[in-house]
Amino acid sequence: MTRWGMAIDLDRCTGCEACVVACAAENNIQTVGEEQAREGRAMHWLRIERYYEGDFPNVRTRFMPVLCQQCGSAPCEPVCPVYATYHNPEGLNAMVYSRCIGTRFCANNCPYTVRVFNWFDAEFPAPLDSQLNPDVSVRPGGVMEKCTFCVQRIVAGKDEAAQEEREVADGDVKTACQQSCPTKAIAFGDLEDPDSEVSRWAESPRAFSLLGDLDTRPGVVYLSGSEWREPAE
Amino acid sequence: MTTESQRSAAVLDGELLGRLDRRRPGLLVGSLASGALALVFLYCWGYQIANGIGVTGINRPVFWGFYIINFVFWIGISHAGTLISAILRVTKAEWRRPVTRSAEAITLFALAIGGLFPLIHLGRVAIFYYMIPYPNSRMLWPNFRSPLVWDIAAITTYIIGSALYLFLPLIPDAAVMRDRAAAGLKKRFYAVLALGWRGTAQQWHSLEWGIRILAVAIIPVAVSVHTIVSWDFAMTQTPGWKSTIFGPYFVVGAIFSGIAVLMIAMALLRRGLGLGRFLTDRVFNNLGLLFVTMSLIWGYFTFAEHLTVWYSGDLFEKNVHHVLLHGDFAFPFWTMVVVNLVIPVAVLSFPRGRRPLPTALVGCGVLVGMWLERFLIVVPSLSTPRLAYSIGDYMPSWVELGIMIGAIGVFACLYFTFTQLLPIVSVWEMREGWRHGARGEGGATSGAAPNSATAAAPVPGGGAA
Repeated sequence: MTRWGMAIDLDRCTGCEACVVACAAENNIQTVGEEQAREGRAMHWLRIERYYEGDFPNVRTRFMPVLCQQCGSAPCEPVCPVYATYHNPEGLNAMVYSRCIGTRFCANNCPYTVRVFNWFDAEFPAPLDSQLNPDVSVRPGGVMEKCTFCVQRIVAGKDEAAQEEREVADGDVKTACQQSCPTKAIAFGDLEDPDSEVSRWAESPRAFSLLGDLDTRPGVVYLSGSEWREPAE
Repeated sequence: MTTESQRSAAVLDGELLGRLDRRRPGLLVGSLASGALALVFLYCWGYQIANGIGVTGINRPVFWGFYIINFVFWIGISHAGTLISAILRVTKAEWRRPVTRSAEAITLFALAIGGLFPLIHLGRVAIFYYMIPYPNSRMLWPNFRSPLVWDIAAITTYIIGSALYLFLPLIPDAAVMRDRAAAGLKKRFYAVLALGWRGTAQQWHSLEWGIRILAVAIIPVAVSVHTIVSWDFAMTQTPGWKSTIFGPYFVVGAIFSGIAVLMIAMALLRRGLGLGRFLTDRVFNNLGLLFVTMSLIWGYFTFAEHLTVWYSGDLFEKNVHHVLLHGDFAFPFWTMVVVNLVIPVAVLSFPRGRRPLPTALVGCGVLVGMWLERFLIVVPSLSTPRLAYSIGDYMPSWVELGIMIGAIGVFACLYFTFTQLLPIVSVWEMREGWRHGARGEGGATSGAAPNSATAAAPVPGGGAA
């Protein structure tokens, strides 16, 4: 059985936000505009959190890409009254947009605050509509959404493998963020396969889970080992 | 003795029912004003449905705002009636007689409004029925693990129960109204409500048993409703919400705010309809004592909740705790403590404070305080998420404010209409109470308070008759 997972090497992340842009383009994410963004309604499925360490002038910025952690024991799932968010057999927290009635309970119960809500109907004025990804539905207003691990690419990868009458191999499925990362800080694949890249990364002594003590059993593993280095005198 | 009691009963009927016949300009003005506010409610909701839920001020991370606060607030107010009235009935407190009807009406109307707020809050209200287990071609059930589905079950049960509980004791009074009304639409209306009541011994027997069973059955329902509302919060992982004390804490808060509304409504009814003869100082004194007791219990629960959070030292819990006690929300927090605990205890501890005007004023303060409590549960926790990068802020929009104020108008409009159509003090129960009292010392059916009915409903003297 497959358990899709991701590993992100924070020591490689430069905070360039190419992944954020790629994610928006791949998944038809609404661009809400300045005013709505100021109200806290930006809809990125993936965000780069910036944290600052040290005292001036010895300050360093740490970058942390945060996306849906695809928890194995997800707090968002049991609270949805209509099964609009549920656990699929391959370990994804899947969203059924047409079921969602917009209680926003799931978002409140997400310790990572990664769920985003369509406050209004999405607008893609021409010519933006011609760059929409045909494999991904455009969500209506009043519906919750979040990172899907590019489920449409997973489906395509499985279809291709089936046509060639073979198993899905490691590296067949690449997420949009992974593909666009210039420093190759993101690995994606099957966590159940001990030889996959993501499994090997997850075995690293630098690996940790975000808010791990909540025991949400995330499908995203972070790697970080860098120590604070005093600048040379 | 008998003739006197019969005569007095007739006077009592005339006193109570005569109020309905007289036109009261104040009541009419009140109805119109509240009707206008009700239109504001409808306009704002319509505007929101047409333009999308984004016309509110909610955002990420504060996904829940005024609608959920008002939902909890109104459900809390609904505990004024049915629960308090049921407890008083079950314990056979004689002074309940003039109170129960007005309290039960509050419950039904507050519940109807409270039950609307979760729907107003939905992103796609048109398909709210996905939450209801109805037969469908895809054989899909709602998710019974979700506290929101429990909510639907609990609130529906409570609204049906309290409608019945308001309606049953209304039947004999509706029959009296039917008999008094001249033929026409009015008579037909009361005839439908009276369900063919003739006042036979069998009918009285059935009615009394019906009320008795409902009064006992409705108490666990009422307790469960607000417990389940608290579980909307307590079942989550959110700092400041996941707390085992929330169930009883919410029930206590609900009864507390319920009594506050009851005190205000009774003071208004007493003054506006001249019901001083029935809603006596003694009734206010007793309810005032109950009120201050709830205030103390509420204070104790609040203290217990915050002490354990503070002592735990949990980082995320402490963040929320900090904004509450010292940070951005310190002003509403300490205001809440003053109006919910300090003022009620200071005023209601003294007999002079347990009179209509002071109790009603304290009640207004408690309503503000209990609304603030719900605000302080919803907003600080959500605006202080675990990952500091997402810390947010919340400011309601005019749509949310319009719906909040409009809802008060809807409530008042319903209540005014009810008061104009039906006796707001139960006539037959007052008469029964008078009979118990008139039978003399200890002659009443209830051993608990044999003589109190006389005090609760002083009989008009011979001159008045």
